[in-house]
Amino acid sequence: MTTYYSEEHEWLTVDGDTATVGITQHAADQLGEIVFVEQKEVGDDFEKGDDIGVIESVKAASEIYAAVDGEVLEANGTLEENPGALNDSPEGDAWIYKIKLTNTDQLNDLMDLDGYKAFIG
Amino acid sequence: MTDAPKRTPLYDLHVELGGKMVDFAGWEMPVQYPMGIMGEHNHTRAKAGLFDVSHMGQVILRGADAAAKLETLVPAAITTLKEGKARYTFFTNDDGGIMDDLIVANAGDHLFVVVNASMRHQDIPHMAKHLDGIEVTEIFDRALVAVQGPAAQNVVGDLCPAAREMSFMQTMVADIIGVECRISRLGYTGEDGFEISIPEDKAVEVCRALLAHEDCEPVGLGARDSLRLEAGLCLYGNDIDNSTSPVEASLTWAMQKRRREDGGFPGAARIQRDLAQGTARKLVGIRPTGRAPARAGVELQDLDGTAIGAITSGGFGPTVGAPVAMGYVATEFSTPGQKINLIIRGKAQPAEITALPFVAQNYKR
Repeated sequence: MTTYYSEEHEWLTVDGDTATVGITQHAADQLGEIVFVEQKEVGDDFEKGDDIGVIESVKAASEIYAAVDGEVLEANGTLEENPGALNDSPEGDAWIYKIKLTNTDQLNDLMDLDGYKAFIG
Repeated sequence: MTDAPKRTPLYDLHVELGGKMVDFAGWEMPVQYPMGIMGEHNHTRAKAGLFDVSHMGQVILRGADAAAKLETLVPAAITTLKEGKARYTFFTNDDGGIMDDLIVANAGDHLFVVVNASMRHQDIPHMAKHLDGIEVTEIFDRALVAVQGPAAQNVVGDLCPAAREMSFMQTMVADIIGVECRISRLGYTGEDGFEISIPEDKAVEVCRALLAHEDCEPVGLGARDSLRLEAGLCLYGNDIDNSTSPVEASLTWAMQKRRREDGGFPGAARIQRDLAQGTARKLVGIRPTGRAPARAGVELQDLDGTAIGAITSGGFGPTVGAPVAMGYVATEFSTPGQKINLIIRGKAQPAEITALPFVAQNYKR
């Protein structure tokens, strides 16, 4: 399994043609206390750059943008009752989607951990 | 605004305390400290928060009949305001709209007025122009801080015992650590508390003394907004503006009976008509049924999909533990319990009209 990072502060841990997707700790820290997550439903498909959900913090609403093309296999339902988990464990239990990758070539456009660390400075 | 943002006398202290500074109405102000907006909000409701509100305009009106003259600009009773008492009011325009809201205090030999940061450039010339023969002096050499929350009485009272005896909307001059301050028992969070006007060269010293109390933590603009929203208090520019009449905004309580009946302030004819006939829309509390916060600008619809209003302030209410909002709705939909829909990101989300405030006010009467 390999983890990739996007400039929109998402992470994707890829296993074959599926991936688990979430937001980075850095993104969670920037957003502040998260109070609501709007997710797409199982079976919804999307293209890279699409808006695939919304994270509402105490401060503001922020879109989640797809880092790759894919289809939603599972949405993390625990975030509905406990959106604050995204602040506590955004790169752990508080993943947002499991997705099916429909264009694995797009992974080449993403960053590895070192690249992402350099990106956020 | 093209000018560089201005700094209050407490700027360095905010930075030292880890305040995240943002531009607000041309001022560099702390939006939050390391505790975070939610933590600061909850701390204020449980204990006490210290807020820098020095960006607001402090004005002295001096002259024999200052109170009577100010009554020509606002619908509150000022001539009957007793010495040492303060009152919430607003400047009205000729159409009966609200130009700004303000606090007026009878300070004995003068009136002490506090206006909003974003409107001080309008309000001061407005007063200077219309208050003939009255000396209108904007004060630039004093900080203004608010200490709010159930522990505010202890935080301020430990340094100034006389403050403990003050009642809501009372004002006085008293020493805090040897510094002469104007202390007023009021604020804009729904909690008991004080606003303290401090000479700028002593402001940091006084604030450090207040913050030394174990119950007092610094609070930024983020929590200030969620606190006032839960308290059902209007934010100028959002919930009230030039187009809203005080009757629509449910601010009738701020217009004393004599003024309502006699008029004698700008826009009195429209306001008296609104009082007599009612208004087509009203400011109400709105509770989204789901968890998605609804923010300013969100459209309100009836259950048949007809637009009936819009949200003017909204977000997550930490004390309520759910989203809360205020907005204008067509009067026939304004009864608490009325079911409506909010159009959030294109989708209808259920909500209910509710009475304001969302959190019971905790003033010391």
